[in-house]
Amino acid sequence: MSDIHDYLAEFDDIPGTRVFTAARARQGYHLNQFAMGLMKADNRERFRADEKAYLDDWKLSDQAKSAVLARDYNALLDLGGNIYFLSKIFSTDGISFAEAVSTMTDMDFPTYREMMNQGGRSPEGQRSIKEKR
Amino acid sequence: MARITAGIATSHVPLLGVAADQNKSGDDYFAPIFSGYEWSRKWLADTLPDVIVLVYNDHASAFDMKIIPTFAIGCGESYAPADEGWGPREVPDVEGHPDLAWHIAQSLILDEFDMTIINEMDVDHGLTVPLTMLFGAPDKWPCKVIPLAVNVVTYPPPSGNRCWALGEAIARAVNSFNDDLDVQVWGTGGMSHQLQGPRAGLINREWDNMFLDGLVGTTDKLRHIPHIEYLRETGSEGIEMVMWLIMRGALGRETKALHRHYHVPCSNTAIGHMVLEPVDGTVPPSPTIEGKNAAAQAMID
Repeated sequence: MSDIHDYLAEFDDIPGTRVFTAARARQGYHLNQFAMGLMKADNRERFRADEKAYLDDWKLSDQAKSAVLARDYNALLDLGGNIYFLSKIFSTDGISFAEAVSTMTDMDFPTYREMMNQGGRSPEGQRSIKEKR
Repeated sequence: MARITAGIATSHVPLLGVAADQNKSGDDYFAPIFSGYEWSRKWLADTLPDVIVLVYNDHASAFDMKIIPTFAIGCGESYAPADEGWGPREVPDVEGHPDLAWHIAQSLILDEFDMTIINEMDVDHGLTVPLTMLFGAPDKWPCKVIPLAVNVVTYPPPSGNRCWALGEAIARAVNSFNDDLDVQVWGTGGMSHQLQGPRAGLINREWDNMFLDGLVGTTDKLRHIPHIEYLRETGSEGIEMVMWLIMRGALGRETKALHRHYHVPCSNTAIGHMVLEPVDGTVPPSPTIEGKNAAAQAMID
């Protein structure tokens, strides 16, 4: 059995990754529920018609609203967003999962897609910040 | 008596559903993925089970952040495909098997797996894509399906060890069902993939193949892999592989691999698929209900 503190502390040692912990789930609750609302066609229409007005109906911080408007997915992860919930935003935009995911990396989509076609990102050097492996 | 006849593992990438629905499975990009399922489709035509216990995770479709069940079993009559933001997939509704599902649910709870019971829900790509990959596009799915949803989104998900033990408990439950039914257990999701952050796109071919190796034979070393190893080695969404361990646990002491397929990439993901048969399907007795608690056993007969 893991000690919960040790268990959680290890997650911060993974490069370029935000593990969706309870703390993030709490922080991002309204953000994720907002995104979930886009599962309904009516809500998608209202969001598309006036994004800012639609966002104002949700208990979101100004920071979260700006990050949604800017489609800044790394910022949304930092605010407690979870990718499966955030995917409702890029589905509404008609953007593929791979293209949306590429916006969180340092590559443009064609470069990212080519990396995937070549076998994906190597885990070498991507496992641990502390241990540099 | 019901019996577990086989286990199937498969990825459930949503793009595969799109490819199948738009008749693109023969395209250059998708053909190498779909061709790895041809053997299994033929094999399934000869060994069709009556019921599939299909282990998958919901991707913010039926469940949102309001309720997060760790293990949930579908006991309903049928399940419609979910609208995941672009309209529901045009695939048949999934027919449940409430008699067996409730029997498994009751047995598991008495076996100290405190399941959440679902009577109504829609099912997303996590459940329908595996059916498409293995059955194609029939007018009606050829067997009943019991959905078993696992939380692998909000941490902590269940441990690999717990998943394996749940599989063993499912085997005990199936074996104590009085009707003569062939049951398969499918584990879905995986393999290595990370859908978020600057490290997105991570694929670990070597680790994935180690995992596939570990599903075969008498070894149970996979059950002891901690979450942090999945996260470091296989990307943040690679954790879905714990769901394969429910399938593996249900197959008992020893398995044989009948078919194996691995391909990179599909969208952001490494595709893995395996068909396993129990060689020695025995599972350890329950610490709770077998031999110790006749009253509990009597309640589920």
